[in-house]
Amino acid sequence: MSGDGQPADAEPAATAGPAEANIPDDADVDVEDIDPEAADSSVEEDAKTVPAGLPLRVQNLRKQFGGITAVDGASFEVEEGSLTGLIGPNGAGKSTTFNCITGVHQADGGTVLFQGEDITGRKPHEIANRGLVRTFQIARELEAMTVLENLMLAPRGQVGERMLHSILPGLRGDVVAQETELRDRVWETLEFFEIDHLAEEYAGNLSGGQRKLLELARALMVEPDMLLLDEPFAGVNPSLEEKLLDRIHDLREQGYTFLLVEHDMDLIMENCEHVIVMHQGKVLAEGSAEDIRNNDQVIDAYLGDEI
Amino acid sequence: MSRVWNAVPDFFKQSDLRMVGGLLLLVYVVYALVNGFFAIVNNAGAVNAVVNSLASITFLMAVYAMMALALNLHWGYTGLFNIGIAGFMAVGVYASAILVAPPSGSPPGLGLPVPVAIVGGVLIAAIIGGIAALPALQLEADYLAIVTVGFSEIIRLTLQASHFAGTVQNPSASGYNVVSIFGVEFGTGGGQGITTISNSPMEFLFEGESGPTVLGQAVYPAADAIGIPEPVVLDLAYAFFLLLVVVSLYYVLLLRIGNSPFGRVLKAIREDDLVARSLGKDTRGFKIKVFMVGCGLMGLGGILWQGSFGFVNPNTFRPILTFYIFTALIVGGAGSNTGSVVGGAVFAAFLFEGPKLAARLIDAVAQLLFGGLPAPNNFYAAVVTLNPIAWLGYLVENVASLKFVFLGAVIVYLMQNRSDGLLGDRKEIASSVDLSQRPERPSAAADGGEPSDTAPSQGGEGS
Repeated sequence: MSGDGQPADAEPAATAGPAEANIPDDADVDVEDIDPEAADSSVEEDAKTVPAGLPLRVQNLRKQFGGITAVDGASFEVEEGSLTGLIGPNGAGKSTTFNCITGVHQADGGTVLFQGEDITGRKPHEIANRGLVRTFQIARELEAMTVLENLMLAPRGQVGERMLHSILPGLRGDVVAQETELRDRVWETLEFFEIDHLAEEYAGNLSGGQRKLLELARALMVEPDMLLLDEPFAGVNPSLEEKLLDRIHDLREQGYTFLLVEHDMDLIMENCEHVIVMHQGKVLAEGSAEDIRNNDQVIDAYLGDEI
Repeated sequence: MSRVWNAVPDFFKQSDLRMVGGLLLLVYVVYALVNGFFAIVNNAGAVNAVVNSLASITFLMAVYAMMALALNLHWGYTGLFNIGIAGFMAVGVYASAILVAPPSGSPPGLGLPVPVAIVGGVLIAAIIGGIAALPALQLEADYLAIVTVGFSEIIRLTLQASHFAGTVQNPSASGYNVVSIFGVEFGTGGGQGITTISNSPMEFLFEGESGPTVLGQAVYPAADAIGIPEPVVLDLAYAFFLLLVVVSLYYVLLLRIGNSPFGRVLKAIREDDLVARSLGKDTRGFKIKVFMVGCGLMGLGGILWQGSFGFVNPNTFRPILTFYIFTALIVGGAGSNTGSVVGGAVFAAFLFEGPKLAARLIDAVAQLLFGGLPAPNNFYAAVVTLNPIAWLGYLVENVASLKFVFLGAVIVYLMQNRSDGLLGDRKEIASSVDLSQRPERPSAAADGGEPSDTAPSQGGEGS
C-alpha cells in the first residue's frame, strides 16, 4: 500500500536503468503496485512459478527521510541456504534496507517478498513470526534480564504468553511443561555458542563480544528460516570474530539462510559466496566475491569516486 | 542502611515470608509500645488504644501493599509509567458505588447486589484503563505519564461536576442532573460525594438480621471484657482480611503473571520494546492487556480501600494519592513483588504514619517529664521563645504538614543511595521453571556437577 499512487516510482528505475540488469523486474513490480488486490494474487502466482530457492526477494525498494533518499530502488535476492553479504560504504543504505525489510521502517516504495509472500509494510513481530529474524548493529540485549531469560523470551508459540494460561491452576501445567522443554533447548544453544558459563549473568554485565553472541543465540531461539545480521562483527575482537564466524558457517550447513550486513570487505570476501554491493541507496554490483573484487565500480565506490 | 540490614537476625532473611513477617512484627511492637505508652500517660484504655492502632496500621499497610503490587505490574514489570492510579481507583470505587446504590436514592443507582457491584467495578476500571491505553500506549514513556495523569484528573473532575451528580431528580427542574444511559438512571453525587458499597465490610460476619451471629456472640463479649468496643473488632477483622487474604491473592496472581512467558515479554518490553517486537512479540497487545489488568487491580484496590468507609468524594482521588503509591513501590523496589509488599508496609508504617507516631512518643515523654509541651501558635512565635522545648512543641503540633518534608527527604536519600529500593536488586526470574537447572548431559558429566566445569576454554571471550 505504501507504493500506491507514486508516479515518481518509475523514474529512479529509468535513471538507474543503464547500470542495472533488472529493468523488466522493476517494471513488473510497478504494475502490481497499482492495485493491491490484484498484486496479492499475482504475487501468489509468482510464488508458485519461482523456485523455492529464493526466500528473500527485495524489489525496487525505496526509503526517504525528508529530502534524503536513503534507499533508492534497491533490488536483490538471497538464495536459500546461502551466506550472502551486503556491503557498501557508510551511508550506502544497508541498515535502512534492513530496517525496511524487517518492518522497523515503512518503505516508501517497492516490495519485499519472503518465502513468496509479500511482507512489505508488515509489523516487525509479524515478519519475525514468519521466520525472518534480525539482529541489531549495536547489540540490544535486555540488560536487566539474565542470559537465560533473554533466550527463553525468543521461542515462538509459547502457550504461557497467554496470560490466562500462566495464571489459572489447571492450565499452568502446560506452561511449565513447555518451559521445561524450552529450557533444555536454551542450554543446548548456550553450549553451542559457548556462553553457558554466563547463563545466570545479567545480560547488561556481558562484554561487547559476548553480547553479539547472545544476540545471535537469541535470534536462533526463534527458529527462523532466515537470519538478517546487522554488522555482527562490529567491535568484536579477532578471536571472538573467528568463533562467531564458525558458528555462522555451522548454522549455514544446517540449512539456515543468512544475509549479513558488513563494513569489513575482506571479511565478506572470505566468507560469503554471494555478495551484494550497495552504493548511494542502489545495488551497485552483485556476484561472487571474485566478481566483486574485480569490479571497477565497486573499487571506485570504496575509494570515494563519484559514479 | 547495610549496617541495619546486617543487624537483622538471619532467621528473617531465609525466606520472603519470614522477612515480611518480621517486618510486621517490628511494626506491631513499635506501634503497640508507643500507643500503649501514650494511652497510659493520658489515662485512656491502653488495650483499646493499642488494638485500635494495630487495626488502623494493618489496614494502611495492606492497602498500600495491594496498590504497590498493582503498580508493580505496570511500572516494575512493563515499565509503563502510569501516574493516573488515583483516577483508576476512583473509577472502581464510583462504579461499584453506582451499581449498588438503590434506584430511588439520591443520587440514584442500579440497585445491584454487593458482589456484582464489586466485580462490575473492577471490570469497568479495566475497561476504562483499556480505553485510556489505546491512544496512550502509542506514546513514549514520558508522554504516557502525562496522558495518564491528565486522564486521572479528567476522571476526578468529571465525578465532581454537578452536571452528572444525580442530586436534582425532577426532570422539569432547572438543575436536573441525573445521567440517563439507555434508560438506566444514575448520578455521581458530584462534589458532595457518594455512598460507597459498605461502611463496615466485615459486619455481615458478626451481625445477622436478628442480632449477633455465632461468631459475633463468641467474639464480642470476649473483646468487651478486655475493653475493645465492637467497631474496633470489625476494623481489626477487615484489616487482617485485607492483609492475609487480599494481599496474598494479589501477590500470588502477580507472581504467576511475572514468573511466566507472559511476564518475560513484559520485562522485555520494559527493557527494549523493539527487541521484543523483532523476536515476534506483539508488544502492543501485551501492553493493552497488562494495562487493563493493572487498572482492574487498582479499581479493586480502590473499592476495598476508599470504598470501605461508607462514603467517598472526588477529592480523595487527587494525584497525591498516586504519588504515595509510587513512593511505596520505589521504597520497596520496583520490579520485585516481595519488594512491593515490603514497600507498602514500610511506607505506611514508617513514612506515612511514622512521623505522627514519633510525635506521639515525644508528646507522651514530655508529659511525663514536664507536664506537656508548649504549643506556639506559629513559626515566628516558636522561634522567638529561644526555647528548644517550644521548638519541639511546634514540631509535634505541626507534624501533619512536616510529614511531607520528611517524605521528600527520604525519597531524595533513597534515590541517591539506593535507587533500586529495599529489594529492587533481587533477581526474580521471569519463568515458571527453575532456569538454572541444566539438562543432564552424559558427555559433559564432570564429576562435580558445577555448572562452570563444563564451560569451554575461557581464552576466546571478548573483553
